[in-house]
Amino acid sequence: MSSLTGTGRLARLALRRDRIRLGIWVLGTPLIGYALAESVAGLYPDEQTRVGYAETVIGSVVARAFNGPIASTDLGAVVVTETYLTLALLAALLSTFAVIRHTRQNEETGRAELLGAAPVGRYALLTAALVVVVGANVAAAALLALALVGSGLSVAGSVAAAAAIGGVGVAFTGLAAVAAQLSVTSRGANALAAVTVGVAFLLRAAGDVLGERAPGAIRLDSAWPTWLSPLGWGTQVRAFGAQRWWVLALPAALLVAGIAVAYLLAERRDVGAGLLAARRGPARAAAGLLSPAGLTWRLQRGALLGWAVAVAVLGLCMGVAGHEIDAMIAENPQAAEAIAQLGGGAELVDAYLAAMLGLFALTIGAYVVQALLRTRADESDGILEALLATAVSRTRWLGTQVLGAVLGALALVLLAGVTTGFGYGLVAGDPIGWTVELAGAAALRLPALLVVAGVVTALFGALPRWSVALSWTVLIAFLLLGQLGAVLELPQAALNLSPYTHVPSVPAADVAVLPLVTLTGVAVALLALGLVTFGRRDTPR
Amino acid sequence: MSVISIDNLVKTFGGVRALDGLDLRVEPGEVHGFLGPNGAGKSTTIRILLGLLRRDSGQVRVLDGDPWRDAVALHRRLAYVPGDVNLWPNLSGGEAIDLFGALRGGLDEGRRDELLRRFELDPTKKCRTYSKGNRQKVAIVAAFASDVELYVLDEPTSGLDPLMEAVFQEEVRRLTGAGASVLLSSHVLAEVEALCDRVSIIREGRVVESGTLAELRHLARTTVTVETVRPLTGVAQLPGVHEVRTVDGRVRLEVEPAHLDTLLGHLVRFQVRALTSAPPTLEELFLRHYGDTVESSTSVGGGR
Repeated sequence: MSSLTGTGRLARLALRRDRIRLGIWVLGTPLIGYALAESVAGLYPDEQTRVGYAETVIGSVVARAFNGPIASTDLGAVVVTETYLTLALLAALLSTFAVIRHTRQNEETGRAELLGAAPVGRYALLTAALVVVVGANVAAAALLALALVGSGLSVAGSVAAAAAIGGVGVAFTGLAAVAAQLSVTSRGANALAAVTVGVAFLLRAAGDVLGERAPGAIRLDSAWPTWLSPLGWGTQVRAFGAQRWWVLALPAALLVAGIAVAYLLAERRDVGAGLLAARRGPARAAAGLLSPAGLTWRLQRGALLGWAVAVAVLGLCMGVAGHEIDAMIAENPQAAEAIAQLGGGAELVDAYLAAMLGLFALTIGAYVVQALLRTRADESDGILEALLATAVSRTRWLGTQVLGAVLGALALVLLAGVTTGFGYGLVAGDPIGWTVELAGAAALRLPALLVVAGVVTALFGALPRWSVALSWTVLIAFLLLGQLGAVLELPQAALNLSPYTHVPSVPAADVAVLPLVTLTGVAVALLALGLVTFGRRDTPR
Repeated sequence: MSVISIDNLVKTFGGVRALDGLDLRVEPGEVHGFLGPNGAGKSTTIRILLGLLRRDSGQVRVLDGDPWRDAVALHRRLAYVPGDVNLWPNLSGGEAIDLFGALRGGLDEGRRDELLRRFELDPTKKCRTYSKGNRQKVAIVAAFASDVELYVLDEPTSGLDPLMEAVFQEEVRRLTGAGASVLLSSHVLAEVEALCDRVSIIREGRVVESGTLAELRHLARTTVTVETVRPLTGVAQLPGVHEVRTVDGRVRLEVEPAHLDTLLGHLVRFQVRALTSAPPTLEELFLRHYGDTVESSTSVGGGR
């Protein structure tokens, strides 16, 4: 028996288990690419508008940090700058989660032990996971290339751009293979890999912010930190400019290195063990833990802290970047129009800040969903059964979960307002005044987040088996309605389905009380529905 | 007044009748064994007793309360050990024990420490690193350190080693010695024989046999082995006699308790040289109720 015996069968098993996830990934990537390419082509139809766009990117620290560099004034280059980070982050995260699902999670649940007892080679599980994930990246990239060619971009550029994005996925496949060997839990491995993605993002952002205009061309040359980031490599291919195909060797090399290290680590450890040792805990519980609220805080605080750090860093960056807005209006009316569309209102700086707070509120919706879906995880794991067999009522337990998620969301949204306001105040003057104003404006987003909490709670109560899939679907629908609704010219009735549509766009617009009261009312009704249906149904169900 | 009384309980999941007119009584101070194979409805019954599932019809009283309506009040007076214990991976075992105890209304500190020592459980380890047996110990310690009237134990020892099994049995006796009642669902028949005052055997959502072990044995056939001077004839035709076999010159047979007397009257005519009679083991009782399921599943396996 070789150390790879059974790899083919295990790969087919992984494909079977993930056929829906992988299908969405492989088909969704070209669809998103095509849709974004079409909309960008509509926004920048001629050379003049594209030069304006390129000059804005080269001149704006914000654009460089969040979009990356631009390779030329070709339409394809604009498309890449606008879509690259979205698709690359998707590829990075999906690859990471898929590798860990099929390696460390299998070990954690004991499935690997069961498989290991069958005639299966030592490296078969890891190899099968890598084959499937690299295969998914290649397939998604191939379809993305076709989609870009289909939208009218040059063949060579489309292939290079798609390969660059596939390369990001491949690079993170290698990193995830190592992470899966280090941590004992799939949660830990996912966290480790997510931190790697975050660091890669920051390095690339730093490199692009420090980058310089290329002499004699409309192009931004990134600085050295970009080269340290697998996310940055894709931009350095310069798909629609002077192509550098050799850069694609970097992700391939990282994959090979990752596999080598992972095999080496797999060779040296036992099944189920990791290299990062499990820590011990206290023999007695602190008094603060001994209630449903204490338990909720204990289970949520780590995630909340991570969110808080990310929100604070982003808020400061967004705020500091606010002073560039005035410069942007002069150079690019389209960008100004786009911001006005997102934020609404007259003063462009206000519109920008309102748009940023709106984005924060949408993102923090993901925190609410994630925090509240713990209820379903507890029910599936049997933890809920043991809890409800104590003297804790259903209403108290679920109410505590909702309260925890809502308070967490309030803290995060306030933090977003405070850091954005403080950052803007630092460059524009009056940091305290701006901090207070934007904290207030941010707090007005809470009713929309309450509705998100209400939706998840109602789904958990009434449709528990569907609650996970439906909750995320609803949040993504809100996101798409908010971000693409106006671009796609959807009817107002459709836009009204999202609670975020109804939040007054403060500071760009005035505070309107009625929509806030209505949203809160809807949220309360949904929460009540969730509590009542949960109080009356079987558990586990 | 019974601690648990269930009459004609019905629970369906979709089209499947998981409980089909189940009756059960647990009296104060007794350890009641709840036996049946996987899927017979043991856990469903227990979840209804805990107010986790709603009954479709029938009467259920626990500690003279309604398990669904009075769930919170009842749960202060009972403790539960699930068969498949899942815990929070990032809490330590000690934290989980204290948490369950506090949520139930407090636990006896002295008992907690003593149980930890007796079950040899390290409370500083994170729950994710515990084996199945150790997770069960966490649930057992949390439950047994609570001073309550009723303990509901759903296959609590399936992951414990024989030494720990012995500790478990001693601790259950200590609970009943203090006046508590125990409902013990189990696959371990030796454990049931050692601990239980009364036993209910459940099959396809119904209790098919209930009583003390002595009563159940009385209903079941006794195995008799007899050696006679003259060749034994005519026993197979006697009423209530079954499974007559001759092994090494001795005759083995099974007889219903009501016909034991007739059999003995017949045997003495052949000059009995040796005679042994054995009451049925719990395993035989149990298998008698499931014999046809075992048989039918074997024939399915053999037909492949």
